[in-house]
Amino acid sequence: MLELREVTVSYGMIDALKGISLIVEPGEIVALIGANGAGKSTTLMSISGVTGLRGGTISYDGEPISGRPAHEIVKRGISQVPEGRRIFAGMTVNENLEIGAFSRNKEELSEGIERAFSLFPTLGERRKQLGGTLSGGEQQMLAIGRALMSRPKLLLLDEPSLGLAPIIVSRIFKIIREINEQGTTILLVEQNARAALRLAHRAYVLETGKIVMQGKASHLEKDPGIKKAYLGE
Amino acid sequence: MTYPRILNNKFFNIVWIPLWAGLLVLPFTGAGNAVRIFAVAVGLMLLWRLSKHDAFTSLRNAAAEKISKTSAVIMSFSRYAEAPLAVAITLALLIILPVFLNDYYRDIMTLTGIYIVLALGLNLIVGQAGLLNLGYVAFYAIGAYTYAILSTKFGLSFWPGLVAGAATAAFFAVLLGSPTLRLRGDYFAIVTLGLGEITRIILNNWDSLTNGPNGISQVGRPVLFGYVLHTTLDFYYLILLIAIGTVFAMKRLMTSRIGRAWIAIREDEIAAETMGINTFRLKLLAFVLGSAWAGLTGVFFAAKMAFVSPESFTFFESVMILCMVVLGGMGSIPGIILGALLLITLPEVFRDFQDYRMLAFGVALVLMMVFRPQGLLGTAKGK
Repeated sequence: MLELREVTVSYGMIDALKGISLIVEPGEIVALIGANGAGKSTTLMSISGVTGLRGGTISYDGEPISGRPAHEIVKRGISQVPEGRRIFAGMTVNENLEIGAFSRNKEELSEGIERAFSLFPTLGERRKQLGGTLSGGEQQMLAIGRALMSRPKLLLLDEPSLGLAPIIVSRIFKIIREINEQGTTILLVEQNARAALRLAHRAYVLETGKIVMQGKASHLEKDPGIKKAYLGE
Repeated sequence: MTYPRILNNKFFNIVWIPLWAGLLVLPFTGAGNAVRIFAVAVGLMLLWRLSKHDAFTSLRNAAAEKISKTSAVIMSFSRYAEAPLAVAITLALLIILPVFLNDYYRDIMTLTGIYIVLALGLNLIVGQAGLLNLGYVAFYAIGAYTYAILSTKFGLSFWPGLVAGAATAAFFAVLLGSPTLRLRGDYFAIVTLGLGEITRIILNNWDSLTNGPNGISQVGRPVLFGYVLHTTLDFYYLILLIAIGTVFAMKRLMTSRIGRAWIAIREDEIAAETMGINTFRLKLLAFVLGSAWAGLTGVFFAAKMAFVSPESFTFFESVMILCMVVLGGMGSIPGIILGALLLITLPEVFRDFQDYRMLAFGVALVLMMVFRPQGLLGTAKGK
């Protein structure tokens, strides 16, 4: 479904991605784990078309999408929940969701809003509330709901557990699994490796711009190197 | 930031800031006044410090409560601002009142109308899309000169002139916006600043087309069903019509899907981009529409004055229109109308202090930044 081949990205003199290749198959949850500055968010931003590539190709459904503008990529069915949620604080919950459906028509908008409220009932209760007044967990839910409004086939999630209490994290991860079971493929970027490996089918480990390990999530979870570096054992 | 520790000392501040103020005004007020200003500033600083003292906490809280109560009352009134009756009364006043006023007042009201339309147009660019435009007056000038030239050289009448002025301004906005809006916001501010000055200098020097500093006179007056509009009252009603049209158009635009996308871009451009919004195209649209509005107003200005010259289109005009938007409140139509009203009428009321106008604007803006960054009636949060 999605394939990155030898992708390199640099910010000025610094190489953020030094030729990474990865594949996401339809229906999967793939996790991309790694430490701060490993290049996880850069990977997602280059898939979304916000950051340009220096080399390599990204293809989606067999067609190259690298170099296409961000709004076109959303239209093709890839949507991102950016790191730090980035919800529109001055807009209400409803308005945030409407912006998420910017590439869709009116009918799809009301359907999408219903779906978001059934996934996240708390959002429905707060539909008239300003985004900035929500709690961290609710903001994360809103960010996910907003990204789903464009009806993506592939959902990119950047650190959905960032700054949230463990109990909220497990709730959010449960919903991510639910979204996946309803047919959306997911590429998940996480620092919380334990939770990510438990959720994902497969995973890639990113270190300073390179993929150093990949495989089934259940295998990686037992790998001694991974245990030592990312699971704190 | 590392700077001498003593500058951070609050007692030193009491002397240091007023000293700075005194030195600033020294060149144009003379030594005696500079010392007086220094003394007053020290006094103000002391008062400010004192008011922060614990002994005044209850007093301060009481004052804060009073202010919030007052603003709540004002807000509750502003809810009725759109009630049909309120709109009808306001409109009736705006239509009937000028009949009983003399030419001076009619001219001030017309001028206010011009600036309301300009500020509402600039608000699309600055307030909605969040692009800092420091050369808005260039498009006002382009509209005015387009009509002046077409009218005097080719005898174009006013109504198609309105379209021509708006279209020419829009054309230049596309030309300028297409490359610069792909860059970061700061570059856009610099480029527009440059454009404002370049436009004025070209108008000043291209003698064969613009008649240079002498300007173009005998610009055609609008003709309506055979009647030539020429009195101050005629032009007042014309700008009133344009202003009402503008308010309605802006209201529709701001609550539309596009208007909401503009707010999303202003709040967080990267998030907007990942939501599938074509940020470049929408920013260009805001810039072009806002500029077209300036062009249209320029045509009206040229027709009213029957004369255009480069000196009407200085950087100061751009700054003043920007002040109206910022002071009144970015993104709020009533706020911007209030801003234009204040900035046009207050200098008229305080004519004796005209020399200090710029100083007062500066102080007002600084105070706004500190105490009310969203503007008098603004909704947009300070950036």
